[in-house]
Amino acid sequence: DQVFHIVPETLQQVQHLQHLCSILLLDLWKPQLPEDIQAGEDLHIRVPAPLLQEVKDNLDHHMISYKVLIPDVQELVDRSMPKERSSQRQVPEGYVYTQYHPMEEIYQWMTQIQKSNSDLVTQHYLGKTTENRTMYYLQISQPSDKTKKIIWMDCGIHAREWISPAFCQWFVKEILQNYKSDPKISRFLQNLDLYVLPVLNVDGYIYSWEKDSLWRKNRSPHLNGTCYGTDLNRNFNSSWGSIGVSYNCSSETFCGSGPESEPETRAVAQFIERKKSDILCFLTIHSYGQYILTPYGFTTEPPSNSEELMHVAEKAAAALRGKYGTSYKVGPTSLILYSNSGSSRDWAHMIGIPFSYTFELRDNGTHGFVLPVDQIQPTCEETM
Amino acid sequence: DIIDVGHKYYLELVLEDILDKDSTVNCTAEVLYHLGSKNIAPDVQFTLEGELKNADEADNVFYNRIRSLEKELVAENIPDSHGNVPPEMEPIHRLAWVAAGYVIWQNSTENTKFHLAQIKHVKQTKRSDEYLEFDYMILLHEMVSQEIIPWQMTVLWHPQHGVQVTQDSRQPKHTLE
Repeated sequence: DQVFHIVPETLQQVQHLQHLCSILLLDLWKPQLPEDIQAGEDLHIRVPAPLLQEVKDNLDHHMISYKVLIPDVQELVDRSMPKERSSQRQVPEGYVYTQYHPMEEIYQWMTQIQKSNSDLVTQHYLGKTTENRTMYYLQISQPSDKTKKIIWMDCGIHAREWISPAFCQWFVKEILQNYKSDPKISRFLQNLDLYVLPVLNVDGYIYSWEKDSLWRKNRSPHLNGTCYGTDLNRNFNSSWGSIGVSYNCSSETFCGSGPESEPETRAVAQFIERKKSDILCFLTIHSYGQYILTPYGFTTEPPSNSEELMHVAEKAAAALRGKYGTSYKVGPTSLILYSNSGSSRDWAHMIGIPFSYTFELRDNGTHGFVLPVDQIQPTCEETM
Repeated sequence: DIIDVGHKYYLELVLEDILDKDSTVNCTAEVLYHLGSKNIAPDVQFTLEGELKNADEADNVFYNRIRSLEKELVAENIPDSHGNVPPEMEPIHRLAWVAAGYVIWQNSTENTKFHLAQIKHVKQTKRSDEYLEFDYMILLHEMVSQEIIPWQMTVLWHPQHGVQVTQDSRQPKHTLE
């Protein structure tokens, strides 16, 4: 953005400038109001970067001379104020939960969160990704002599669904900020341990930041590196490869070369399998669509505890709606969305975890995967 | 289910003004998906119970602004990957929305669910008549296959004469790279 200095010479120029300001909604720094623009008086207008060429051409065309008073407004702002995001990107005193963060920052955030909450939080190694990056989960656990049941939540299995990792981070922050003061949360933690995997598909997430913001799958190479990516949520061993998948690598729902063919899938599956007798609830967070999805995707046959699953999900949807009126649809994937096999949620239920849900967060398609940052807070608050 | 013809759906909808959430209009519609053929758009009949808000003033401001541009408008990645749309690009975005609605309608079946994901690129073409013309490359997201489909569309618009998609074609996936 730049700020222009103009001294209009004639009434005609004054009128043209007033017109320009109102049509382009330009930011008048001096005077305050367009009606106060006068011939022979200083005029300072801030022109947003995308409009610079248009405004310059327009002024030239109308023979209005101008000087660039401030060539880079942002630079001036940064110089005069301490930056929220310094070059070291410190975290979480000052970690901005209402912005999307690249993977480097999320790694740092996890380390920092454990450091500042070491009585409650431990960071654990889960496994490695295709490109050899580390997958970490956070365990939030109040020290106690009794073994507690586990609630598992993973985010970011699909790279482009950025609101999902944003939610996991928000969730952790909320719990840690409020467990002492909020009786519900403190009772929760007396009886349950929370395991949170903020980004499951690390390689894909990084790829969506650096190369293709609409990337979905992981980054495993196929066909001699001519094609990349398996849909991790079609790669679990739940009727793998039977329906709602593609066997073609170039498809977004490519299920991989076999069940659990991907290191990311194996990392999650091996861990959950080991702990399954203690896991009460398996939550996997996606976007978009506004759904709370129950098993199954590969068949319309209801799961054994279908009534209870639906009852709990309905209550969750009602609580969610109570916050901002956002409505979520509830039900089995195969009935209310589409058929798919190999999903993590179905697999978790099949190995015996009673409560297994996929959350599809905001929105309904207006913004889809690119949910604007001003919706991070309300989305997270209502989902909380 | 209409034997030998297709499936008909009866819908009751509420239309909401994106600029004024409290302004709503009820609408009833009938949608007929034709049996078999994938190449025929579904038939749509609708009735609005009320009137849509008048947008003449905003339309004319936008129209005049574009008409007075010295150089043809060019833009890309609307919204950006953080969901941002610069305010001056909002009308361009909404125009794409409307035009994409037409493309989606023409290509919908009972097994598809399309949304406009992003405008990859838009370029204005100046015309000698009073219409505005924009050449868009958009990305459609299809929910069932989860595919991102590039689509080219040429859009004409005039404040009094409305929107027209004069040309559109699905593009191969590697158009993105």
